[in-house]
Amino acid sequence: MTVDSGSDLEKQIAEWRAYMRRRRELHQPDAEELEDHLRDRIAELTAAGLHSDEAFLIAVKRMGSLDELSREFAREHSERLWKQLVLTGDDTGTPAAGARRDLLIMIAFAVGAALAFKVPALFGVDISDNSGGDFYLRNFGLFALAPLAAYFAWRRRVSPGVLGVLAALFALGAVAANAYPTAIESQTAVLAAIHLPIALWLVVGVAYAGGEWRSDRRRMDFIRFTGEWLIYFVLIALGGGVLTAFTVNIFSAIGLDAETFVGSWLVPCGAMAAVVVAAWLVEAKQSVIENMAPVLTRVFTPLFTVTLLVLLGAIAWTSNGIDVDRDVLIIFDLLLVVVLGLLLYAISARDPAARPGIFDKLQLALVLSALVIDVLVLAAITGRITEFGFTANKTAALGENIVLLANLSWSAWLFLGFIRGRLPFGRLEQWQTRYLVVYAAWAWIVVLAFPPLFGFA
Amino acid sequence: MHITKDLVAASATPLVLGILAEGESYGYAILKQVNELSGGHLEWTDGLLYPLLHRLERLGHVEATWHTPVEGRRRKYYRITDQGLKELAEQRRQWAAVVDTLRGVWNAGTALRPIPAPAWGVTG
Repeated sequence: MTVDSGSDLEKQIAEWRAYMRRRRELHQPDAEELEDHLRDRIAELTAAGLHSDEAFLIAVKRMGSLDELSREFAREHSERLWKQLVLTGDDTGTPAAGARRDLLIMIAFAVGAALAFKVPALFGVDISDNSGGDFYLRNFGLFALAPLAAYFAWRRRVSPGVLGVLAALFALGAVAANAYPTAIESQTAVLAAIHLPIALWLVVGVAYAGGEWRSDRRRMDFIRFTGEWLIYFVLIALGGGVLTAFTVNIFSAIGLDAETFVGSWLVPCGAMAAVVVAAWLVEAKQSVIENMAPVLTRVFTPLFTVTLLVLLGAIAWTSNGIDVDRDVLIIFDLLLVVVLGLLLYAISARDPAARPGIFDKLQLALVLSALVIDVLVLAAITGRITEFGFTANKTAALGENIVLLANLSWSAWLFLGFIRGRLPFGRLEQWQTRYLVVYAAWAWIVVLAFPPLFGFA
Repeated sequence: MHITKDLVAASATPLVLGILAEGESYGYAILKQVNELSGGHLEWTDGLLYPLLHRLERLGHVEATWHTPVEGRRRKYYRITDQGLKELAEQRRQWAAVVDTLRGVWNAGTALRPIPAPAWGVTG
């Protein structure tokens, strides 16, 4: 080293290093890389005749402000700190006051969501009778997700243009849910009720990304958000279940019947509010249970891989064909969803620059075995469909299967390229984020096109 | 002469890729080279080079390795990949088109006079 400064300079550099450490956006290797740079710069300046402390000041100044630097790092490495999106919302004001205000506004949105669910009751729509239940079943996705989209639209201060798009898409969902003359028992109505929340969830993604829905990084952030949100929502639901059980039993002990209150107020309104609360928790409590979804992925990827391999082995050993009916197809659709979920959350938490390791190979084995099984199922089901013809349910299940199969096949190919060191990991990430559009398209097709296609049956 | 922020940002990727196309290098050396090549006109904030390098790494345009000399501190070196070379060729084509267009405009200097406003009956 050419710096002849002695301990003073080392002390200054150590202070600078400690200051950088406090930034969560900067990881140890980045800090090391920057420090290397700083030392080079100091060496050059002292060689030009400056004192070491002058050289240090100039080198630090040339490095750029730490705020700007860590913002750029956060932008590039959003997997480290994906709540940086929050920066757009609460940069102003003191942190404490900002957090308090955020909390109040979140509560306002949650209460709004809960009350909105009861607004139709004012017009005589009762969730417990037949036609009311029908109405709520069709519109459940709208009630749950419109407040969430509004909350994010407010948080991200989206532009009026984006706001218009969000409103238009929710309106489209509302029309599709209610305008078609489908009976609620019909297959197409049930399918629409299942797919509308999926379509609308991706619309929420547009609001979550603050309108930047084309950005791959923002889409990956939304995938991470989805996993964490689901975990928080399940936790809240468990707590809610305990509360409900106590409410019913305690009140029945004093001779009052709380079941009507629980059934038509506590559970539905609580669930609607929980949608918003869970979203707020994901952003606010990021560091409390940081990234649970990737942790669960690590635990369950090996287990699922073993299960699938054993299943494949059993099929080969017993030469039992898969007994196909619609339920089986749905089970295998769900299996693909789980495998895709494991893949997504492994991808979302992975450092894109890390070299391929044993876990990546395991992941590839999981995807491949799921693919082999799915091909077997598809071969069997195609025979059934050519025999009995298409129904809405079969078409939907088959369509989903193909959408997922296409994703996983190409993922497996990219994964193989990555493990062999031919493709960068970013390619796999990009494939997954770009594929979100396909899910959205499929969900909207089922909601909008299926009822007329299958004669509202 | 001060070059505006937008131009600096736009030219950063092709510059870095171009320098790495000459051979493996590390952050500080890249910056020095940019400084020399531009005669000191291109002023980069030192630190911001690194997020850019990391982005190129994520996209697969460059590869990074840590080298540790026998004595001294370890240092992260960047090397361009085949994909990075392709990207560089693409960027060169785009920049060539921009530069050609600009040159056309500068050279046409005399031919492209502003059209004089008609003098409505004003007599001198």
